[in-house]
Amino acid sequence: MERAYKVYAINNGTVIDHIPTPLALKVVEILGLGNKGIFTIGVGFQSKRLPGGKDILKIENRILLESETDTIALIAPDATINIIKDGKVSEKRIISVPETIYGVMQCPNPNCATNKLGAHRHFKLEDKQEMTYRCEYCERVTEIIPENLTAPE
Amino acid sequence: MSLFKGRDMISLRDMDVDDLWTIVRTAGEVKAGKHQDCLKNRTIASLFFEPSTRTRLSFESAVVKSGGSVFGFADPGSSSQKKGESFSDSIRTVTGYCDAMVIRHPVEGAARLASEVATVPVINAGDGANQHPTQTFLDLFTIHEEFGRLKDLRIGIMGDLKYGRTVHSLTHAMAMFGAEMVFISPPSLKMPATILSELTEKGISYRTADTPEDAADMKLDILYVTRIQKERFGDPQEYKNVAHGYRINNETIAALGEQVRVMHPLPRVDEIAEEVDATPNAIYFTQAHNGVPTRQALLGLVTGGIV
Repeated sequence: MERAYKVYAINNGTVIDHIPTPLALKVVEILGLGNKGIFTIGVGFQSKRLPGGKDILKIENRILLESETDTIALIAPDATINIIKDGKVSEKRIISVPETIYGVMQCPNPNCATNKLGAHRHFKLEDKQEMTYRCEYCERVTEIIPENLTAPE
Repeated sequence: MSLFKGRDMISLRDMDVDDLWTIVRTAGEVKAGKHQDCLKNRTIASLFFEPSTRTRLSFESAVVKSGGSVFGFADPGSSSQKKGESFSDSIRTVTGYCDAMVIRHPVEGAARLASEVATVPVINAGDGANQHPTQTFLDLFTIHEEFGRLKDLRIGIMGDLKYGRTVHSLTHAMAMFGAEMVFISPPSLKMPATILSELTEKGISYRTADTPEDAADMKLDILYVTRIQKERFGDPQEYKNVAHGYRINNETIAALGEQVRVMHPLPRVDEIAEEVDATPNAIYFTQAHNGVPTRQALLGLVTGGIV
């Protein structure tokens, strides 16, 4: 039987589509959604754009800030983001990789002040093409790998 | 110059060519006898969370020679961190006791963190494998003193180029002055690709070589030698084989030419033969001594004692 809908439509909130499977849970983590409010996740849908499949995340009654949606670009640069108001798309948001990242990325250098002395995680974009960032503390350049992304500090 | 007052000195990445010129020029003035009381009535904290001899003594000498007073500790065993106090709290406390603080710490980024919580200027005297900017300042001062310029120089940088923070900072600084560079190292200790690609982006010409003699055709102005650390090698025999090929003696100097000046951040183990010390090519002890006027200048600038 044909499914009526893939993931429930929402009246107000933020819809994130085209997240590569299975990174929707990672997006939930880095946005710090946890048990704050209602969100629904669909995992593993077929996608022409993403041969490995796509995930969809719908967050009810919350309009994500641009700084939050840009963070999604770190792991899902092709994600599409729609802001829904009164059941209609009120904004199609373009995301771009952030110039700075606070909190959500752990420095892979175990001897960094962020890992040893309680300094707050802070990275600056080093190379947009290569998607590399430089830690503001230990100054090491690192590639974005989903495993290093965590819930915000 | 007043731009320096109140400023932290954490990383070469925070500095531009004008900043480096200011430090080199002021260090020259200090060495020539100016600004002798630039730290009068000023108190400097010297916080060494890891042991160091040259850097600490040279900073402390700089403070005393400039009429200031210095207090602190030489190893973490004497700090309250042993009692469980956080690093940030230690800094928040000491910042009220001094006019500037000098910090060495084994953790990378510790000095940056300190600069965020301190209300006085923080000078990074080495944070793990990351930065040691004052070493680079004194290197530049020494080069300028020897050659009368920082531009249009040919420099060979030799030794552990993979892990050495001194050579990374020096490379960064020399690139700012458009030097022609050759990197001489064993294959396992080559300059990191990220640094080489930065040079390429800046249009800096460089090459690599296996031995200093391979760079003889460049007529190097400077050969900057650093230590190859034993602990980087799993096999002691491999270390011996490699280290032997990176020993500078009078023959090496003859191959590179009379003009070459040999520098080294010290301590050396056996990478420069003692016979080189007596030649006019050896400037590494002058380089070490230049740490004092360079640090006098820097402390004077950041505390406002030199304006």
